Amino acid sequence: MAIPGQIVECNADDPLFAKVDVAGVRRTINVGLIADPGIRPGDWVLIHVGFAMSRIEEDQAREQLELLRMLGEEMPAMEEVRGYAFSDSPEAPT
Amino acid sequence: MKYVDEYRDPQLIRNVVREIERQIDPDRHYRIMEVCGGHTHAIYRHGLKDLLPDNIELIHGPGCPVCVLPMGRVDDGLSIVEHPGTILTAFGDMMRVPGTRGTPLEFKARGSDVRMVYSPLDALRIAQNEPDRHVCFFAIGFETTAPSTALTLLRAKELGITNFSVFCNHVTIVPAMRAILDSPDMRLDAFIGPGHVSTVTGCRPYEFVSRDYGKPIVISGFEPLDMLESIARILVQLREGRAEVENQYRRIVPWDGNIPALRAMAQTFELRPYFEWRGLGFISQSALKLSDAFAAWDAERIFDVPGVRVTDPKAAQCGEILKGVLKPPQCKLFGKECNPEHPIGALMVSSEGACAAYYRYARIDEPAAATA
Repeated sequence: MAIPGQIVECNADDPLFAKVDVAGVRRTINVGLIADPGIRPGDWVLIHVGFAMSRIEEDQAREQLELLRMLGEEMPAMEEVRGYAFSDSPEAPT
Repeated sequence: MKYVDEYRDPQLIRNVVREIERQIDPDRHYRIMEVCGGHTHAIYRHGLKDLLPDNIELIHGPGCPVCVLPMGRVDDGLSIVEHPGTILTAFGDMMRVPGTRGTPLEFKARGSDVRMVYSPLDALRIAQNEPDRHVCFFAIGFETTAPSTALTLLRAKELGITNFSVFCNHVTIVPAMRAILDSPDMRLDAFIGPGHVSTVTGCRPYEFVSRDYGKPIVISGFEPLDMLESIARILVQLREGRAEVENQYRRIVPWDGNIPALRAMAQTFELRPYFEWRGLGFISQSALKLSDAFAAWDAERIFDVPGVRVTDPKAAQCGEILKGVLKPPQCKLFGKECNPEHPIGALMVSSEGACAAYYRYARIDEPAAATA
């Protein structure tokens, strides 16, 4: 299951981590698997078990979200994102 | 949303189906394996079989991580939490996979400290928060998931977290495909290649399929149109007598894969000489273990896991289904003793398992098990 999200904030202290927004839920994820050039706010990524796996285009992100909906996997996907507990202070949904 | 609609447009889908009908030889039976469990799920969810000519048979491959994990490894993993002071962490899918003495969830109900996590980094965080306990992460998955375990191990080493370990069950898809191609009771014409695994591995590792076995393989996306287009491309190759690796999912899958992910895996893992797969038996160099540099984080070395071998419940035919020899409803337990509420075999646990997909979406239309 790959979940699309948009990077909203990079972590200057630890560039391996960045804050991502998935359908309004914000969590910290690991971006260490994204090749150079590094991740920037506004970038879209596919997320799997707390890690950004690949950089994608915005319309691909929408497509992936739609696919999760069609496969009935949208709820488990959001549950997964909400469940990432390694972030120090997960923000409430916006 | 134009892009999304493009992949769902009924007219486009009709066009691809027409192309499939144009390319197909009506006198030939086609056996095409979708390697990835995500594809199996999507095929049943979208009812793709109904759009395809009857002489195309889709065979479900071994690409569901919990499905291919033999019961003995579940027992081995659960033996770890019986050591005093340990916490065993696992993904949600894994929590319901039966070992001989119960599932991880049942161990938890009986008082063992088994916790579900959504990321291996969550397991590492528990270790940081509870320095007096030892936290083991029950790692499963193909190349899609192995890089996340690798980065978590690198992080543990960097931060000097020593009360954390990984029980590594990561497997690699290519040797399993080779085993299937070498299997005498397996007759396949082509493969629909895995989408998400290939974002990490790239397309090169599949070159042996066309080079050594003369079979086409098309790496595919998960949309209905993606999969139909991949099948059409396979039929074109077969009609023209070609066997090549094609990348239909180019918008996500780079030909060379994810270099940082492959590098992280190379830093932390090495190939096991052999590993047992449910249904496929022992396959050489098909799984990963922690490299010597990470011995201090290797649960197998720390806890001296027993390495038990357990045969599957006799009545369950998970192995035959995993190899594509039987369809799920042909198993005597399907939908009766074995169902998503009470799975006996692992293929009924994960939504990517062939049995769970059949049960959810295709059960009514399928013939029942032959009464023997």
